[in-house]
Amino acid sequence: MKDKFKIIIDGKELPARHGQTILEIANNNGIYIPTLCNFEGLKPQASCRICSVKVNGRPMTACTTTVSPGMEIENDTPEMNELRKIIVETMFVTGNHFCPSCEKSGNCELQALAYRFKMDVPRFPYSFSKRDIDASNPKIMIDHNRCIKCKRCARGIKTDDGKDLFAFKNRGEKIEISIDNELAKNISDEKAQEAMDICPVGAIIKKERGFIDPIGTRKYDNKPIGSKVKEVQ
Amino acid sequence: MGKKITIEPVTRVEGHGKVTIYLDDNNNFKQSRLHIVEFRGFEKFIQGRPYWEAPVIVQRLCGICPVSHHLAAAKAMDVIVGAGTGDGLTPTAEKMRRLMHFGQVFQSHVLHFFHLASPDLLFGIDGDPAIRNVIGIAKMHKELAVQAVMMRKFGQEVIKVTAGKKIHGTGAIPGGINKHLSTKEKLNLLIGQDPMNVDKMIEWSLSGLEFFHNYHKEHKDIIDNFAAYPSKHLSMVRKDGALDLYHGVLRAIDSEGNKILDDVDTQDYLEHIAEEVRSWSYMKFPYLRKYGPKDGWYRVGPLARLNTVDFIPSPLAQKEFELFKAYTNGKPNNMSMHYHWARLIEILHCAEMMKELLNDADLLKGELVTKGKKGNEGVGVLEAPRGTLFHHYKINENDQITMANLIVSTTNNNIPMNLAVESAVKQFISGKNEITEGMLNAVEVGIRAYDPCLSCATHAIGKLPLQIKLYDSKNNLLDIKTKNDE
Repeated sequence: MKDKFKIIIDGKELPARHGQTILEIANNNGIYIPTLCNFEGLKPQASCRICSVKVNGRPMTACTTTVSPGMEIENDTPEMNELRKIIVETMFVTGNHFCPSCEKSGNCELQALAYRFKMDVPRFPYSFSKRDIDASNPKIMIDHNRCIKCKRCARGIKTDDGKDLFAFKNRGEKIEISIDNELAKNISDEKAQEAMDICPVGAIIKKERGFIDPIGTRKYDNKPIGSKVKEVQ
Repeated sequence: MGKKITIEPVTRVEGHGKVTIYLDDNNNFKQSRLHIVEFRGFEKFIQGRPYWEAPVIVQRLCGICPVSHHLAAAKAMDVIVGAGTGDGLTPTAEKMRRLMHFGQVFQSHVLHFFHLASPDLLFGIDGDPAIRNVIGIAKMHKELAVQAVMMRKFGQEVIKVTAGKKIHGTGAIPGGINKHLSTKEKLNLLIGQDPMNVDKMIEWSLSGLEFFHNYHKEHKDIIDNFAAYPSKHLSMVRKDGALDLYHGVLRAIDSEGNKILDDVDTQDYLEHIAEEVRSWSYMKFPYLRKYGPKDGWYRVGPLARLNTVDFIPSPLAQKEFELFKAYTNGKPNNMSMHYHWARLIEILHCAEMMKELLNDADLLKGELVTKGKKGNEGVGVLEAPRGTLFHHYKINENDQITMANLIVSTTNNNIPMNLAVESAVKQFISGKNEITEGMLNAVEVGIRAYDPCLSCATHAIGKLPLQIKLYDSKNNLLDIKTKNDE
């Protein structure tokens, strides 16, 4: 019985077990904590910080912090949501995100978070960083302008025989994803689509798919991001 | 003492433009120019983007006729993905695109005639500028204003159900369309609650024509003689000579009605049309190659279309077309103000065609996309509300756009609009000692007849105040008059 205890998220007492993360417990109980670099089935890496919550007054990332008895967590508070909004705005100004012509629009997690946090216009100046497009692969196009460097692709996409399709090169602000063109040349359409789907933004695009999803049928056209978690309740 | 008058910007048009007028020491006309002062650069910054983004990016040129650019780019991309040059799409895809286009031409023409142009007709060219606007129409001709708003709304609803959004949708994709029409969407438009149904739109389109005819009877001088001059006319026509706003071949006629270009495949437009750059405007000057830059200019748009086509394939519009042709004894109609008449006939045609298409079962089911052998170059030509629209793209082996050339409808009308300005200046300003607001509006009426979209034409957005500057022959500023000044 010692393994089971209770924690509090936003004033709500919830059952918990050692080894679980704050995010897991929140998801299991219909409490939405926003995520970006986290992806179901991948080891969390806490790089984007969007899932930050206050644990007994200290900011911690919900995707990597395991629970312990006595934890009192502040999640859906004006302070935390403002911090999250700042992170989203920072991502918009460091990349070159032009939603109107991006085919990921409506299915993009960053855009959906911007809507959720009611971002009208970023408070920070745009960096207008010069970034390229790598369209040399026949199946996949990488638009570095849109990459938020979450590494979901590098962590999650493997060829059928287990080899990595994506990797990261350079360090610091120059870090960027790269694709193994030799391996990627022979991937299936399904694998290319899987790569596009794991990318939270429009940095990885399955070529020639274009705007095949009509407006109104896209992931976040009708319900805001996080609705699925709330439905669990 | 010579004078230079500047009208900047021109109002009740889409985009930013200014007019300069030079008068000699006796205030007689020396020269006039319509300058387009905005620079957009779409042709440049689309380079490097994947080809399938083009129909979605380039439509951002405009908020009034984005569908034109969306469809013209999609047509060019059809060629690139091997779906033919206008005849290779599935019936569902082609008919959905046609319905989208009719919705857009309908709403754009309605916007122009009722919101932008009708104040000049209802309140007079020299009417009080405080009421000579869309608000004045709403206050003093409420029924007409409501009708205009609802007609525009109907067109926008048609765009929404075909493109996904009323403005800047994503419906047309290379090789086809991304959705069917649902039965609910179809019924809403066909038999929706009064007045939002297609039969009401046909009825109101007819009453728009009646409004014009009544005005024409009372004001023959302004409608028939204002900014009238002979010109060549160019448009795309259906293979059999019918009016076709979506696809066909290029045809041009001279001022006497002789065909000087006919049955030209739209993919070959560059063999026949070139553009000249002049230092005083960001808008280029297209011309027919065989006549050179000086004589090769032509008009496009509703007037040019009704001059070049042989018939209109919808019964009520055809009946009106016959009256239109009879008015000039079958010869080309060169009266700028008859653009309005032609526009109203096209509004009726669009309403009739929307009804026909909404009754077509192909919209509800069937294949959406066709693809074939991929190429690296494509041209998409469309009859946009304001005239013939050319989109031309080349791509590299990585699917990235390497070249884009857009000849936008309004660009084709560059010289004609300059001539309309000249004509209005000669008629209303030349030789006069005092320049009134009404005289300056006459210049704008000439431009407005062409329903120019200056934003599109420079590949601008915003509020358009009007300022006139008077200079002497040594360029000393003598006087400034600003519109809306007390």
